[in-house]
Parts: sequence; C-alpha cells; structure tokens
Amino acid sequence: MIHTVNKSPFERNSLDSCIRLSEKGSPILLLEDGVYAATSGTNVSDKVSDAAKDHPMYVMGPDLEARGIASDKIMDGITVVDYGGFVDLVVEHGAVNSWL
Amino acid sequence: MKFGIQVNEGPFTHQASDSAYHFVKAAIEKGHEVMRVFFYYDGVNNANKLSAPQADDRNLVKLWGELASEHNVDLVVCIAAALRRGIVEENLADGFRISGLGQLTEVGIAADRLVVFGD
Amino acid sequence: MSEVEFDTAGVVKNFMYVNRKAPYGTIYALEVLEAVLISAAFEQNAAIVFVDDGVYQIKKDQDTTAINMKNFSPTYGIIEMEKEDAEEDEDMDMVWRIIVEKESMEARGLTPDDFKVEVEVLSSDELAKVMAEQEVVISG
Repeated sequence: MIHTVNKSPFERNSLDSCIRLSEKGSPILLLEDGVYAATSGTNVSDKVSDAAKDHPMYVMGPDLEARGIASDKIMDGITVVDYGGFVDLVVEHGAVNSWL
Repeated sequence: MKFGIQVNEGPFTHQASDSAYHFVKAAIEKGHEVMRVFFYYDGVNNANKLSAPQADDRNLVKLWGELASEHNVDLVVCIAAALRRGIVEENLADGFRISGLGQLTEVGIAADRLVVFGD
Repeated sequence: MSEVEFDTAGVVKNFMYVNRKAPYGTIYALEVLEAVLISAAFEQNAAIVFVDDGVYQIKKDQDTTAINMKNFSPTYGIIEMEKEDAEEDEDMDMVWRIIVEKESMEARGLTPDDFKVEVEVLSSDELAKVMAEQEVVISG
C-alpha cells in the first residue's frame, strides 16, 4: 500500500494520521499542498525526518515548482518525482490510500 | 496495468481534478489502461459544458473530453451527485456519461488500482 | 455515450471506506455512506473505518431540525443491518466491519456508548494492519 497526503501539515492533521496509521516500510507521497511538509527548517521537519526513517518518502516536483520551492529546500531523504513517477509508485506498491 | 480513478472535486476550487488529469495522462503515456474515471461529489462539475473558464486558464472540461476520445477512457458522472448539482444530459460535456454509483464499485473490482483524488 | 460494463463476476475484494470528516460541515460523510451502501449489491468485503473527526459521524442523538439539513445518521443503522445480514447468511461470503480508531475516539472524549452503531474499537497499530490488507480504498 502507498499513502498520499495532499494537505499542508500546518493546516490539517492528514500527515499525522497517515504516519500514525501506516505500516513501517509503506511509502508516503506528498502532493498538492502536502509538499510543504517536505521543506527543511520548519516546525514539522523533525517529525517528517522521523517518518522518513520508517517510510520511503516522495514529493511531487510539479507541485513544488508551482509553489516556488527550490529543490535545495527539500529535506534529505525525500525523493522528488513527477506524474510518471507517481504512476510507477502506484504500480509498484499496490493499493493507494489517499489521506483526504 | 488497469487503473480506475475517482475524482471528488470540481476544477475551480481544488487542485484534485488537475492532479487526477495529469496522473491519467502519465499512466496512458506509460502504456497503462485507464478503464474509467468516476466523478463524485463536486467532481461532477468537471462535466459541466456550460462552465466557461477565462481564456488564459486551462479548460479541464474540454481536456477530459479530449482524453476520453483519444484514449477511450470511460468518463462517468455519478447521477445522484450530478442531480444535486444541476448536471444533467442537457449540460453534460462531450465524452462524459451519467450513471449510477455502482460504476465506482465496479471499477474498483475490475481495475488493478483505484486512485482517489479529492480534498 | 453508451454504457460500459466490466466483468466482475466472482471477484471479491477488500474495500475500505475511510471517514475522517465530521458530518454536516461538509458533504463528504454523506456521499461516502452512499458508496458503502451500493457496494453491498456487489457483495464485496467492506471495512468502514472512522478516524479523526469521522468518529463524530456515528454520534448518537443527531438532530438536524434546527439547521434544516438532512439527518443521514439513521443510514449507519442500515449499514449495521447489512453487516449483520451478511454474517447470518451462510450463502454470502462478504464480510463487513465497522471500525473506530481508539486514539481518535479518546482524543475527542468519546466512548463506544456515544455511538449509534456497534463498532470494533482498534488501536492505531491494529488499524494500521487492517488498512494494509485492503485492496481498494475509497476516501471522501
């Protein structure tokens, strides 16, 4: 199973719930406003880097660019993907759990 | 691989339908089959041919229709959600059809993956 | 456009419906409910899960008279009946579960007595395992 989070961690608890209810090893993809969670130096960075120890983490590049976030602002250990990469992840990891 | 897609939001408030559209396009480009896109909740607004975005904005209603005709994607608008929001045959955009919610369960069963886009 | 039909005969999948939003403030709860009910006709397994503010959907004593919106909470009773029918019917293989996450419930000062249907209360870790077994996840 792959999990997706499309909400800013500063506005909603979607990322918290996703982390709490996902099994170790299952990947998490951040998209839309969810991409803000991938930026370094925020007050959720520690939480996200902890999560990245248990889950492969990915972030949507097109959504980062749209929001003016440069790739050097992305935390270490989070992989940037495009829509094709999103498709590949879904093919590889099975059911998709969208934390809407 | 066979994909089913659920879209829960319209094109003018949330990014969900844009994300869904780009996902579907990328899946097709990679040689996968998108069996059906099911429009639910405000997602039914993706099928309103009376919507008129400004000239410098993308027109998702048209883009979905083009995708449907080029790649044989079944675009289904949930009838209960559509009626609530005034989407009927008269204002249904090209490429879409209106049907029951059972079409969502059906594609969930038939497809290898169901991906939900919403808010 | 003509009707397109897929062959689903004999296939039973694990469907999960994830409810994380409170009722009435937005429509999401109602339309997930409608999706759950339809899936009964296809005799699919269903885990109906209430997490975060979704637990408020099954709160007892909802009365929408004064806001003049449809009170859809009786529909959860129908889901409970479908679940019980499936359990009693020996010819029916489908399994339905109604699950509340303990942490979400307790964070909101609720107990199982506050709910209008009988639920399985699972810890986050237990629910995470159930979630990982699902094949189709529908969230609203």
